[in-house]
Amino acid sequence: MANIVMFIILAVFIIVSALMCVATTRIVRAATFMLFVLLGVAGIYFLLDYTFLGAAQIAVYAGGVTMVFVFAIQLVSKRALQGLEKRVKLGTMAVGALCALAGLAVVSLILLKAGFYTQEIANVEVPMKEIGTALVGSGKYQYVLPFEFISVFLLACIIGGLVVARKEEEA
Amino acid sequence: MIPVECYFALSAILFFIGVYGFTTRRNLIAMLISVELILNAVDINFAAINRLLYPNGNEGMFMTLFVIGVAAAESAVAISIIINVYRKFKSDSVDAIKNLKR
Repeated sequence: MANIVMFIILAVFIIVSALMCVATTRIVRAATFMLFVLLGVAGIYFLLDYTFLGAAQIAVYAGGVTMVFVFAIQLVSKRALQGLEKRVKLGTMAVGALCALAGLAVVSLILLKAGFYTQEIANVEVPMKEIGTALVGSGKYQYVLPFEFISVFLLACIIGGLVVARKEEEA
Repeated sequence: MIPVECYFALSAILFFIGVYGFTTRRNLIAMLISVELILNAVDINFAAINRLLYPNGNEGMFMTLFVIGVAAAESAVAISIIINVYRKFKSDSVDAIKNLKR
């Protein structure tokens, strides 16, 4: 029962924040509402007993990605910061809403047609030791290859970001 | 006990709010924020399917973990590109970018 109440609170929080995020014209407000959505999704993970996942979500998104966004907004969007960004045209808005609603209708139909069997699960979180061994083990259902791939990928992204964003010297 | 359809409905709504934002916004950073919403909707699906339909494995959880890492890297690179675009075109709107290299 408490789970259902928490889920409804989190769902309403996420959806309202997401709607405000795409509806507002101020770009800093959009970033703030995105932070609220990310925290709500972390709450969903905690509700599913994925404690490590929720912690990673908060650490990476709220700690890292949102900071990057705020810095980028401060560097880039002078006009949008002052609220001078022109409002979205009604036609564009109608087309976007039509696309989103059509997609939502298709997905809802498929979800209604497919029957899912929800299993009764005990409310236990995945133990940290299991996560650690699975993350750096090389056996079946262990993930050292994607883990190493992610680390090389992050390195490539750091170098790529530096190369793209540095000032080009006059040649 | 929350049925798994509730999680699917939540993530579908979040996904298509992101799609709406991506199609209507003209600001590059706002479009990137919409992409983050879409990625989070997919993450909810991975975690819910893993927990409620196949609770014996952990594949969905690790997939979500890797998606979080890739999303962070992707937004960092995209923002460095946006900063470079702003430096060249003095604008952060998609309409300003007619060709990528002048």
